[in-house]
Amino acid sequence: MNEKTMTAEEDLRFEQMLAEESVCTKENIVFDRTDTLIDTNMHYCPGCGHGVAHRLIAEVIDELDIQKDTIGVAPVGCSVLAYNYLNIDMNGAAHGRAAAVATGIKRVLPEKYVFTYQGDGDLAAIGTGETIHACNRGENFLIVFINNGIYGMTGGQMAPTTLPGMKSTTSPEGRDIVTMGSPLKITELIAQLPGTYYVTRTAVNSPVNVRKAKAAIKKSFEYQKLNKGTCLVEIVTNCPSNWKMNPVESNKWLEDNMLPFYPLGDIKKPSN
Amino acid sequence: MAKVKGDIVVDINKCKGCELCAVACPQESLELSRKLNSKGYHYIVKIEDNCTGCTNCAMVCPDGIIKVYRKTEKKREQIATITNVTGDITVTVNS
Repeated sequence: MNEKTMTAEEDLRFEQMLAEESVCTKENIVFDRTDTLIDTNMHYCPGCGHGVAHRLIAEVIDELDIQKDTIGVAPVGCSVLAYNYLNIDMNGAAHGRAAAVATGIKRVLPEKYVFTYQGDGDLAAIGTGETIHACNRGENFLIVFINNGIYGMTGGQMAPTTLPGMKSTTSPEGRDIVTMGSPLKITELIAQLPGTYYVTRTAVNSPVNVRKAKAAIKKSFEYQKLNKGTCLVEIVTNCPSNWKMNPVESNKWLEDNMLPFYPLGDIKKPSN
Repeated sequence: MAKVKGDIVVDINKCKGCELCAVACPQESLELSRKLNSKGYHYIVKIEDNCTGCTNCAMVCPDGIIKVYRKTEKKREQIATITNVTGDITVTVNS
């Protein structure tokens, strides 16, 4: 009988050796910047939800391996420079006209994946006509709608999606619904149109919501292959600079005020 | 029980110090540094060595600058005994 067992000391040394071994090795990477998202400084303010939305689109494009076949349309607004961050073919549209430009692109190149990336001032105010008619015709592209309840780029003016009582530079006393009208829930409006196939509302304020938003964007790109109609993903985000809050406070405010008014979830789901 | 060990690497020169990752971290191991980066922002540093690599911080990071690593360490336990190494080898597996 020649039994060899490790002594307690050897055991401890082995454990320590394992513990000291660096975790930061190539095979242990679980999350890294995706290739389609260009490695550069973003011009967005600290804590802005645009960066997350850009990253989710880039991740979905890489996961579906459609980088060569995707064409994006950038709007006018804070995200006007989206083509500096996404390594795909992109086009800039006149203010609010991204849906019209995307219609043209998709009709000429029907095999490509086309998406527009628009803010609330772009999609819900200046481009209401283009958006509603493109959705009504059932054009086969994805609209990513970033809703932060304010005109961000021009300095925080009131947008159609500004909440009742919410202060902005053009409604310093808070939005008064008698004189300024009620907020426009354009996502619900569009969901009623027969041309739309998948309409959903997500947010990027917490890790759970970010994962859900990514799943929604991925589904929309997959539905585009089926040629069934327009998909719209609304992403409720914050605007710390124009809401005059720090990023953490703005996410809290978004949860307390924006989300009760703009409830998350699928508004129109494919019936099958 | 398998022990999970994680780590993050932050590209501090691109960090804008929004602290959203610090709020999202369930282990509360992230904090703003006292120093400034080249753009003049306080950047995020890991202060505790209790990261589990859950990727929550990377999920909410608006600038996508957090790289997450995770390793699962299985605790070593004796699963077999080898006896009489010089002669015929007998392996007894502990059930």
